[in-house]
Amino acid sequence: MIPPLPGSAHAAPPSLASHQASGLTPGTSSDPPIGADCCRLGALHKGQRAVVTGLDESAVATPLPPGELERRMIEMGLIEGACVEILHEGFPGADPLAVRINDHTLALRRAEAHAVLVTLG
Amino acid sequence: MSDTVLSSPAFMGVPPRIALVGNPNCGKTALFNALTGARQKVANYPGVTVERKIGEFLSPAGTRVQLVDLPGTYSLRARSPDEEVTRDVVLGRFQHEAPPDVMVCVADATNLRLHLRLVLELKKLGRPIILALNMMDVAEARGCRVDAAALSAALGVPVVPTVAIKRTGVVGLLDQIDRSMVAMTVTPAHSPSNAPGPLPCGWSEPSALDLRAYHQQVETILATALRDAGRPSLATRRIDAALLHPAIGLPFLFLVLFLMFQAVFAWAAVPMDMIDKGLGWVQAAAGAALPDGLLKSLLTDGIIAGVGSVVIFLPQILVLFFFILMLESTGYMARAAFLLDRLMGGVGLHGRAFIPLLSSFACAVPGIMAARTIENRADRLATIMIAPLMTCSARLPVYTLIIAAFVPDRTVAGGMIGLQGLVMFTLYAAGILSALAAAFVLKRTIFKGAREPLLMELPSYRLPSPRDILLGLLERARIFLARAGTVIFAIMILLWFLGSFPAAPDGATGPAIDYSFAGMLGHALAPLLAPIGFTWQIAIALVPGMAAREVAVAALGTVYALSETGDALSGSLAGVLAADWSLPTALSLLAWFVFAPQCVSTLSVVKRETNSWFWMLVMIVYMTALAYGAAFVTFHLSSALLGG
Repeated sequence: MIPPLPGSAHAAPPSLASHQASGLTPGTSSDPPIGADCCRLGALHKGQRAVVTGLDESAVATPLPPGELERRMIEMGLIEGACVEILHEGFPGADPLAVRINDHTLALRRAEAHAVLVTLG
Repeated sequence: MSDTVLSSPAFMGVPPRIALVGNPNCGKTALFNALTGARQKVANYPGVTVERKIGEFLSPAGTRVQLVDLPGTYSLRARSPDEEVTRDVVLGRFQHEAPPDVMVCVADATNLRLHLRLVLELKKLGRPIILALNMMDVAEARGCRVDAAALSAALGVPVVPTVAIKRTGVVGLLDQIDRSMVAMTVTPAHSPSNAPGPLPCGWSEPSALDLRAYHQQVETILATALRDAGRPSLATRRIDAALLHPAIGLPFLFLVLFLMFQAVFAWAAVPMDMIDKGLGWVQAAAGAALPDGLLKSLLTDGIIAGVGSVVIFLPQILVLFFFILMLESTGYMARAAFLLDRLMGGVGLHGRAFIPLLSSFACAVPGIMAARTIENRADRLATIMIAPLMTCSARLPVYTLIIAAFVPDRTVAGGMIGLQGLVMFTLYAAGILSALAAAFVLKRTIFKGAREPLLMELPSYRLPSPRDILLGLLERARIFLARAGTVIFAIMILLWFLGSFPAAPDGATGPAIDYSFAGMLGHALAPLLAPIGFTWQIAIALVPGMAAREVAVAALGTVYALSETGDALSGSLAGVLAADWSLPTALSLLAWFVFAPQCVSTLSVVKRETNSWFWMLVMIVYMTALAYGAAFVTFHLSSALLGG
């Protein structure tokens, strides 16, 4: 069986408005929907688990060109559907975070983690 | 069989080239070492600062194969200079270098969800690929089960499980390499492998949508091939709970660093002594064998003494790198960057800048080269510019000499702390604090900008492999000695020339060096250095001393017309200086040495790594200005406090 090539239509994962917008026009996104369970990874604390629902790069100030932070996050495994858990927090200020993403652990600052939209649980 | 492979149109007599590609932390280097053993060397890519690690091995069928270890990368989209090299080699963009014949993608079997995406990207290039599922032993221990056959069917490439740290763990890979090479001779679909030039596959950087689609593909493939994802490493989690704990984490890190530095001095002392004695023996032998004259002077005073004064630091550099390699291979280095990210962020640096700065404690040259892994250009330049401020080994002979001459061998705080040790610690701290202060200023002015995102993987803890550590140290020793044998060698001959010609006239009363070019230069500089309290002897000794810190002590010995060498020289020199210099002068010289850019090797590496003369000149100017200013303040302040 030959897997579908990247870019083909039926490869689209479950989407939120922000995901689709950022996929077509990197660097911009619509406002994230404010659902009861929706929040940002940067707001979570040690021991909390969540599922990634979207990436919103406009929330973070970086020296990177538009769209770059989102691509790097996807390359490091922060993608819709990934199961995350906050394992450790740094000192002082509970920053940076050590986050378990599926099968590996990633260190990122709270400021960057604010670009990741998650649903608790 | 090897002859048919080599002489086929696919290879045309040139040994096949295989490249190892993969994410960082997949065990690629261990695999490279397993395949090539000690038959590896480091060379330069033309026009690029990143070094190329190449080795050779004999396949089971008897074919000689060339293996290239490419820098680890998460994606072909290059974010830093070493990742660019991986991209360019794989795409065949290097002018005089053909793309590899076969690519061995190395993936961590316990982390396929992250690693397989790169394999899919590489597949698009249309070259033969072999997927090496590495760390299979760890995978099995954690209950992770991968169906290699199903994975191979889903991916369309051969898949081989490997255990790079075991001698028998790469047998399957070697067999597969043979099969792939034979397959290449049979299917002439690919262009001849030894034709340089970019691949006609039209690779372009994937967009976020492309990347998501790749991940979707990976999930589909894993659904068929990953029987059991296994458990995460419980040991890693438990250890991290302690080592990343708010109260324990940083103190433990500082303890590790403190022990490291203690060990560097303690363990390196005996080998350094041995090298010192060995050099003395060689000098004496050369002196006895040759008639008096220029050649003897050139050999004993120029080459042997000069190059030897650099080589003597090899033990310290190796011990420090032993610890750095241990920290990296166990996975603790990433934790150190995690713990320090906040503190270093205070001055605008990335947590990962810690590694180049730590290496700079042995020698700034490998430290500056280690900055290649910093992605953001401004951050990288800032790290390079402050690295030489870290107290390198070469400053120690001068520090030791002046402390021995001017600091009484007493204890303070009720006999708990030795005063001499305290002063040495203060000098180290001055180096670190000045580097942080310089970073603070640089990041607010020239290199302004928010920090690069952290986004750093914390790998599972692993036991270090003795073989890999040993090979790593061998590589370091080779690089250092090669530099000593070329750059330093040339400089020492030049300095010997400046210090020996013109020779002292008959009936001269001062030391011979006083009449030479170096002496003339020193006397010309003396008025400039008088405001900071430097005598004309210091001015002359600084002429060679500005090229290499290590020779400053020997130069001082020459100026004061002492003929001993090594420790004997330091001993008698201390006495001479204590009588000849005032304390403010000594303190001023210490302050100068903390900041002054006195190392041609460092400057040449800065030029190479930044690809321009500009940053090298900036470094010379700013460090000299800092040195002069600090020496000036120190001299006048201490004169005022001590009453002249």
